[in-house]
Amino acid sequence: MADPMRIRAQMAGDKATVRVLMNHEMETGLRKDAGGKVIPAWYIQDVTAQLNGKPVLTAQWGPSISKNPFLQFSVKGAKAGDKIAVTWKDNKGESRTDEATVS
Amino acid sequence: MKHLTWITAAVALTASAGALAQQKSAADGIAEYRKMLEDGNPAELFEAKGEDLWKTARGPKKVSLQKCDLGLGPGVVKGAWVQLPRYFADTGRVQDLESRLLTCMETLQGFNAAEIALTGFDKGEQATVAALAAWISAESKGQKMALPQGHAEEKRFYELGKRAFFFRGGPMDFSCASCHGEDGRRIRLQDLPNLTKNPGDGVGFAAWPAYRVSSGEMWSMQRRLNDCYRQQRFPYPGFASDVTIALGVYMGVNAKGSESIAPALKR
Repeated sequence: MADPMRIRAQMAGDKATVRVLMNHEMETGLRKDAGGKVIPAWYIQDVTAQLNGKPVLTAQWGPSISKNPFLQFSVKGAKAGDKIAVTWKDNKGESRTDEATVS
Repeated sequence: MKHLTWITAAVALTASAGALAQQKSAADGIAEYRKMLEDGNPAELFEAKGEDLWKTARGPKKVSLQKCDLGLGPGVVKGAWVQLPRYFADTGRVQDLESRLLTCMETLQGFNAAEIALTGFDKGEQATVAALAAWISAESKGQKMALPQGHAEEKRFYELGKRAFFFRGGPMDFSCASCHGEDGRRIRLQDLPNLTKNPGDGVGFAAWPAYRVSSGEMWSMQRRLNDCYRQQRFPYPGFASDVTIALGVYMGVNAKGSESIAPALKR
């Protein structure tokens, strides 16, 4: 089970600014361990964000994204009290969803 | 002709803009980079893990660390970080946060502290210690460094730390003071704080533990010191050994009154 994300969503004018910190190794598959063996690739491929269940962002990521990635975006038409859910899915098929309330 | 003048003016303008960009020093550039990343410091992920680990019943004895005394009484975390290292009567030693955590993990939870000290960074229970350090330091964020110096042992450790700081050795005949003993020194583009005096708010001792973006690792002060010794080509100091704690006392006492920003973000 992957570790939880940290999601903050705050209203700024008529938009909500969403900041997400994800817990992930983001291994490129190009690095080698101390024994010289290739460390297998392990990175987030798909990211989606939903506002009250309605998709507002989809992204395709790759190995060039850093370890423990930070993502920030703004959502038009969000209101305080709305629910923002963020989901990532990695190349091993593992996924994680976390939710935050817009404040 | 008129056109030509315009072009010249445009070229001059571009050139001056270029010169302006160059005036920005490397330090400004790094400060700007840190500012951009500040909002999403992944140290927060470790803080969350650390808080969880503190409260979870773990180890052979299956108990949490909530009775651990970090100097302000059992279970008191807020404000503990800015007063460490300090003398602990129960162990009869001056201890920093990491060595104190090892004591608590051994006495309360039944872990083998010596074994954890020998474990590589980020592996096994060392990862636990790093996460705990991230959370515990975060609980004192914004407070001013206030290491006690009332006990004779604390004073002795300050003097020990000072000696270790100025002790030259290794294949390059380095000491901590070679790089951190005067103002305006740097390694490549990194400005180095002068640790023989108070380097200011959130600099030096007041900026660790920190998350290192380049390696994606959470570093406690122990790990920071370990790397300093690596760069000096010294043998690695033992984890939570007296010399590392003494250096902590020396830097921490010198930094008295400066604001702690830990867990900070480093390039």
